[in-house]
Amino acid sequence: MEKEPLIEFQKVTKRFDTRTILDQVDLKIYEGEVTTIIGLSGTGKSVTLKHIIGLLFPDEGRILYRGKPLGRMTKTEWNEYIGQISYMFQNNALFDSMTVFENVALPLQQKTGLSKKTIEEKAMARIEQTDLTEVAHIYPSEISGGMQKRAALARALVTDPKIVLFDEPTTGQDPVRKNAILGMVAQYQKKFGFTAVLISHEIPDVFFISNRILALYDKKIVFEGPPEKFESLDHPFLDELVGSLEGLQQELTGLYSRRHFKVRYQTDFSRRNPDDTYVAAVFKLEDMDTIGERIGHDAAQQIMRTIGSYIYKHFGAVGAFSSRQTIDEFGTVLPFSNMEEAESILADFTDDFQKHGMKELECALDRPSKAEDFYELTVLAGLAQGKPQVEIESIMEFARYKQEPIARFKCSFGGIMK
Amino acid sequence: MSSEDQASSASRTPESGITRFFNLFGLRVIRLNNSLGAIAVFFFRSFVMIFRLKQIPEIVQQIYFIGAKSAQIVMLVGFFTGMVLGLQLYYVLIKFGSAGVLGTAVALSLIRELGPVLTAIMITARAGSSMTAEIGIQRISEQIDALYTMRIDPLGYLVSPRIVAGIISFPILTAFFDLIGIIGGWVSGCVLLGVNSGSYFSRVISSTAMEDITGGFIKSVVFAILVVTICCFQGFFTHMRTDSYGAKSVSYSTTSAVVLSCVMILISDYAVTSIIL
Repeated sequence: MEKEPLIEFQKVTKRFDTRTILDQVDLKIYEGEVTTIIGLSGTGKSVTLKHIIGLLFPDEGRILYRGKPLGRMTKTEWNEYIGQISYMFQNNALFDSMTVFENVALPLQQKTGLSKKTIEEKAMARIEQTDLTEVAHIYPSEISGGMQKRAALARALVTDPKIVLFDEPTTGQDPVRKNAILGMVAQYQKKFGFTAVLISHEIPDVFFISNRILALYDKKIVFEGPPEKFESLDHPFLDELVGSLEGLQQELTGLYSRRHFKVRYQTDFSRRNPDDTYVAAVFKLEDMDTIGERIGHDAAQQIMRTIGSYIYKHFGAVGAFSSRQTIDEFGTVLPFSNMEEAESILADFTDDFQKHGMKELECALDRPSKAEDFYELTVLAGLAQGKPQVEIESIMEFARYKQEPIARFKCSFGGIMK
Repeated sequence: MSSEDQASSASRTPESGITRFFNLFGLRVIRLNNSLGAIAVFFFRSFVMIFRLKQIPEIVQQIYFIGAKSAQIVMLVGFFTGMVLGLQLYYVLIKFGSAGVLGTAVALSLIRELGPVLTAIMITARAGSSMTAEIGIQRISEQIDALYTMRIDPLGYLVSPRIVAGIISFPILTAFFDLIGIIGGWVSGCVLLGVNSGSYFSRVISSTAMEDITGGFIKSVVFAILVVTICCFQGFFTHMRTDSYGAKSVSYSTTSAVVLSCVMILISDYAVTSIIL
């Protein structure tokens, strides 16, 4: 039996004057999932999101919530529906005459009967979770764009909503913070179980946290499904959007996108002798969610970035290609190496990473821990030998199975102890 | 020529001057009618939202902004208005040997007319314009949309406290204006031009009836409602302007709010005066 969608668009058309923005759009959003809407600028992604929260209404078609059209809801039903949604605006929409704390506390002050103390505690908890404690009592215009984004995120989450709409939450952020925000969205989504609808251009990073992708192109939804299937979509949209983003990402990090990683694998191995062997390596930062909570999401992303750069440094030199597979994992293929050589490179990598890599991270980690004095960082790695005719996923899975700790660091206030 | 061709050629006939005039006039009247209706709905929806407990801190804040912070400028203008009145009326009354009634003339002019009108105009210039600009900026930066998404009624949160603050502040500031104006009249009439102080104040007290004061206060309440509603309305619907966009639309809305408020103060002054008298 097909799952009932939480929100469904049926033939929704929206026009501004004579300009059609959405044309007969059909889409489904399921409860408890992270759904990401991707598309080029000006294709109506924000307009789609604003229809969900009732800031805009369709000219044609209808929007259903649990099968009930929004247009036919009674006032009580409508208030109940809107009451469980939070919206994070693209430009943050923070109240510039209020401090960060006042902004975060506002929905609680105005719409709940909570005591002043409870409101203060709840707002401060969200502020702490988003690393804004130091700027809680200053105005949004006095803090950086990244902090403003996090303040908007804190405000969106303070009422513990059931549905959260994120309108380009990573716009204007540096690469590390972009991943940090996506990580934070994923972590909170897991923690609180809300349904998240995101608009994002961060491809493929956003795929790591998304259950479903909706691709909006030329006023219509051209793809609706899981991220893995999107990568094999045969549509001009991919050439226009994904191609350009991947090129840039590769140039900046030296690591491949997941899609490009697969393409490279297929291209390299389709002409190889079936008896040839290669080695796949999988690196993982253990318990990244907890690390993010302890030392902050930015610092957690900084660790991942450093691991990525060391993988590229050691394995890239022997013709290997790598990609970030999930939010806490890297995959590498050594096409011309055997197991012995791969183990030797891994040993060099481990040695270098332990000696120098973690030192580079000291700046990022040199910050007070929030909960306890000590925490542990563990990097796992696993190697597996594969053959060209075997699916890369199964080789990677085997490498995951063989993972064991290659570096473990005990950290405290002020950085790494050993 | 077929009937269709005839109809088509008739439809292409240029409008005569008189037809164009009435079309334009009709359009303006319809637009004015729509705007007045929208403002009335805007006011009533905001007014009913006044009666919420959570409004009190906002109201106090707005009273401070509209009332307390306007007090100095209102008193300054009141003082010099009183002085000018004292000066002008002295030279008129002296011609008839009636300089003794200077107190009556100054007090009644201020309490009945100049006090409420000039106070309202001064508050429009100082607080009304900033109300429009503030709400306008909140509109174009999606802060008002953010309120909707948080289920906070923007009219209740932004407009209602300002209406209450206006209704409270305008009469109090008018009273300040009247009082300081009377003192200004005394300075120019008695201190500088030599009219007897006792006679001046005695005339002020004896000739001012309670109805004059009440009438002035009624006017100031009417002006408060008009000024606050117009200024908030202009800011709230800044994004609907067809002549401009973004920061420019806020600037145009602020100008429109001040001009429209001043015009409405004077028109309603006549209307209220004719009802009261």
